[in-house]
Amino acid sequence: MEAGTQVAAAPGTHVLGARRRRWGEGAIKAALLLAAAISVLTTVLIVVALVKESVPFFREVGGAFFTGDEWSPLFNDPEFGVRPLVIGTLLVTGIAVLVAVPVGLGSAIYLSEYASPRTRRIVKPILEVLVGVPTIVFGFFALTFITPTILQDLLHLDVQVFNALSAGLIMGFMIVPTIASISEDAMSAVPQGLREGAYGMGATRRQVSTRVVFPAAISGIVASIVLGISRGIGETMIVLIAAGLAPSNGLNPVDPHATITGFMAATAKGDNPAGTIGYQSIFALGLTLFVLTLVMNMIAIRFVRKYRQVYE
Amino acid sequence: MIRLNGRAVTDPERAQEHERAVPGIDLGETVAETHPAGARTVTSREAVFKLEDVTVSYGGKPAVAEVSMDIYRNAITAIIGPSGCGKSTLIRCLNRMNDLIPSATVDGRVLYHEQDIYDEQVDPVEVRKRIGMVFQKPNPFPKSIYDNIAFGPRILGMDGNMDEIVENALHGAALWDEVKDRLDANAFGMSGGQQQRLCIARALAVNPDVILMDEPCSALDPISTGKIEDLMLELKEGYSIVIVTHNMQQAARVSDLTAFLIVKLDAEERHRQGRLVEYDATETIFTNPSDQRTEDYVTGKVG
Amino acid sequence: MSSAAEAAAAGAVRTSFKSGRSTRIWELAFKGCLASCILVSLLVLVVLLEQIVNDGIGSLSLGFLTDTPSRIDPASSGIGPALTGTLWLMLVCTVFIIPVGVATAVYLEEYADSDRWFNRVIEVNIQNLAAVPSIVYGVLGLAFLVRGPLSMGHVLLAGGLTLGLLVLPVLIVAGREAIRAVPPSIREGSMALGATRWQTVWKQVLPASLPGIATGAILSLSRAIGETAPLIVIGAAAFATSSPTGIFDDVTALPIQIFSWISDPQPEFKSLAAAGIIVLMVILLAMNAVAIWLRNRYERKW
Repeated sequence: MEAGTQVAAAPGTHVLGARRRRWGEGAIKAALLLAAAISVLTTVLIVVALVKESVPFFREVGGAFFTGDEWSPLFNDPEFGVRPLVIGTLLVTGIAVLVAVPVGLGSAIYLSEYASPRTRRIVKPILEVLVGVPTIVFGFFALTFITPTILQDLLHLDVQVFNALSAGLIMGFMIVPTIASISEDAMSAVPQGLREGAYGMGATRRQVSTRVVFPAAISGIVASIVLGISRGIGETMIVLIAAGLAPSNGLNPVDPHATITGFMAATAKGDNPAGTIGYQSIFALGLTLFVLTLVMNMIAIRFVRKYRQVYE
Repeated sequence: MIRLNGRAVTDPERAQEHERAVPGIDLGETVAETHPAGARTVTSREAVFKLEDVTVSYGGKPAVAEVSMDIYRNAITAIIGPSGCGKSTLIRCLNRMNDLIPSATVDGRVLYHEQDIYDEQVDPVEVRKRIGMVFQKPNPFPKSIYDNIAFGPRILGMDGNMDEIVENALHGAALWDEVKDRLDANAFGMSGGQQQRLCIARALAVNPDVILMDEPCSALDPISTGKIEDLMLELKEGYSIVIVTHNMQQAARVSDLTAFLIVKLDAEERHRQGRLVEYDATETIFTNPSDQRTEDYVTGKVG
Repeated sequence: MSSAAEAAAAGAVRTSFKSGRSTRIWELAFKGCLASCILVSLLVLVVLLEQIVNDGIGSLSLGFLTDTPSRIDPASSGIGPALTGTLWLMLVCTVFIIPVGVATAVYLEEYADSDRWFNRVIEVNIQNLAAVPSIVYGVLGLAFLVRGPLSMGHVLLAGGLTLGLLVLPVLIVAGREAIRAVPPSIREGSMALGATRWQTVWKQVLPASLPGIATGAILSLSRAIGETAPLIVIGAAAFATSSPTGIFDDVTALPIQIFSWISDPQPEFKSLAAAGIIVLMVILLAMNAVAIWLRNRYERKW
């Protein structure tokens, strides 16, 4: 067939058909929307689940939840003061943050300001591996290596088998990739022009990193730390395995501590038929945890939005 | 001067009437005197498209305003003008591709064989089955050459032997000899000019009535451009072609009729809009235009 | 030299460009500190892997992979049922997250008008869900799947759905990126031929974004496979004596078995736990290797 010759059009083809296909397309769009709504449904169900069982719990326990300083649900005269659990959570997470912030930020500054592309290509996957390690593995490592070998043998600390210190230390390394990658993102977003202006004045790389780039990226850096804290608060296995289950109001890291997450898991493992205060305590703790992490995440997102806005 | 739609073919703003010229009747000696026979032959054919006061707006701001013109069968109609005058916007009206942009609205009527394609009842999918489009940057699908061409017929449920359909389409685009031995090869392996001819073949495979081309050669080298221009001249035997081009020489080489658009500030002097200035036989536009602005553009003084 | 020249020489501008010694020391020290941060992380990772291999290699054997666990005889304990349980969980998880995740990604990228309020609610939700602690998902499963309205008990189906909800945001984000990477010109070309929006999605966009979606699915599963806390809350059996055969069997998984060994004070079980961890890490390594291979082999540079 030569170029240009057209097969004769069938009669009536010029008539434009009506919108008969619309209903099929509409149905597909509705089905897809339904699938997307599952994520909304999940959030709704989480809130419903947490609140539904917490209401009877709070009705019975009341304000003692916040003011009491003992958490002993299994005793004959059970106490439900959440304070020791919060202290445990904050202690472990605090230690973790003390480790993760310098290590994470140091790594981020190195990757952003000092590393050659080849180094970055090698180091970034290593951080990715750290992210991929299941937390149960970290917990095992803390219990079987950090506590006996590092803390007891190497540092001669008087720690117990379960202690907040080893849990906090290893949790720190679990959080390092979060802080490192988000901070490094924030630092990379700082325009090259700012650096060049400083270098042009004779600043050293150290000065540019610490006095120009770091402050410019501060929103993203703060966001990364807040997100890291949030991850630490929500982490279960490391503390369950390494920090023990003894609620404590003290702040001594060498002692065992129980966290909100740890106790939730432990209670769920036990025998708690629906309707009992023990069962309900899981949800009350879950609600506390959910609110805490939600607030932290919202703060972090605010900071992320701030640093993105400045440069985009 | 041709009376192509019942009024002087200059800025419609100045016209009063909206009479539509009956092709072949109003065009008497005037035509024979000033234009070669070719033009009269063209405008005596059926009008495939009739645009009536077409205005396309993005977010309420008109990008091209009040265009009225007819597009004739088996002719190549070129749309030229400086950048920003809305040529692409206008051509995309003809197959309702502007529907894909959420903020776009079209006012006025676009009649395809006397039916308004923007009518409520009309399915844009049906429109696009009959009016094919070739884009500025060749956009073959990430599939084999065969599957690229077969995609259209398959989804439209066309009957017939698929191998035949593909072969005919490739012949139609003057590409068959070059690719007949490698129909399974990935389309991305072809050169730019070949990819664009593939896109033309792809459009031909669904048996359209009209082929729209939006600056089809602007991403190609001169030799490929020449091949496609030759192809266009062959294709107009069987199809009606509308081409947007920023290359005036190309319009002069291939088209039968040329429409010239400019960019003007709107009435409030706030936004820039495209407007049709002159629409006439190509030879007239380039040798003896009626409007000074047309003359300035085609002689290279402006734009 | 004349006195004028001497004076000039004395007050001459310092033309040497070498930086002072103390500056160089500080610079080097700083760089060293930063590098040591990375090295410390690397060190922790290396020591962790080394310790686990040391502890566990003794218990690894082919029998380990198939035997049932035993409380009284550590030597003949194995992860057979736990491994089967994990495979079942991943199956249920996949069957759930792929349709829902891809559909959500397609909806958000191809159909949703971002001006409308419910579409923004969906986007915000996905971001929030990604940050919810994993144990809360366990509570969700407990309340609605294990007990509550569905009351299916602590079975594999409940575990799989719970883990699926946990990792769904990961797949949605990966799917959206893969879909977004397909250039608009492909969609335009398809629609200009007369294809509907769905035909374009199903026949052009999704096939082109398949490698990215597959990579996302593998990453989601590698997250799910290591999760322990949600399964504990659901009530996963600490000790499975027989391999599960269906989705309504009691849920058990490799991390749960590992956890039960870790919790056992007897020293012999430490080696078993480490061996279980080795198996888990090998599976994870294999999954990530497949994901990387997929990405390198099939990812298209548009």
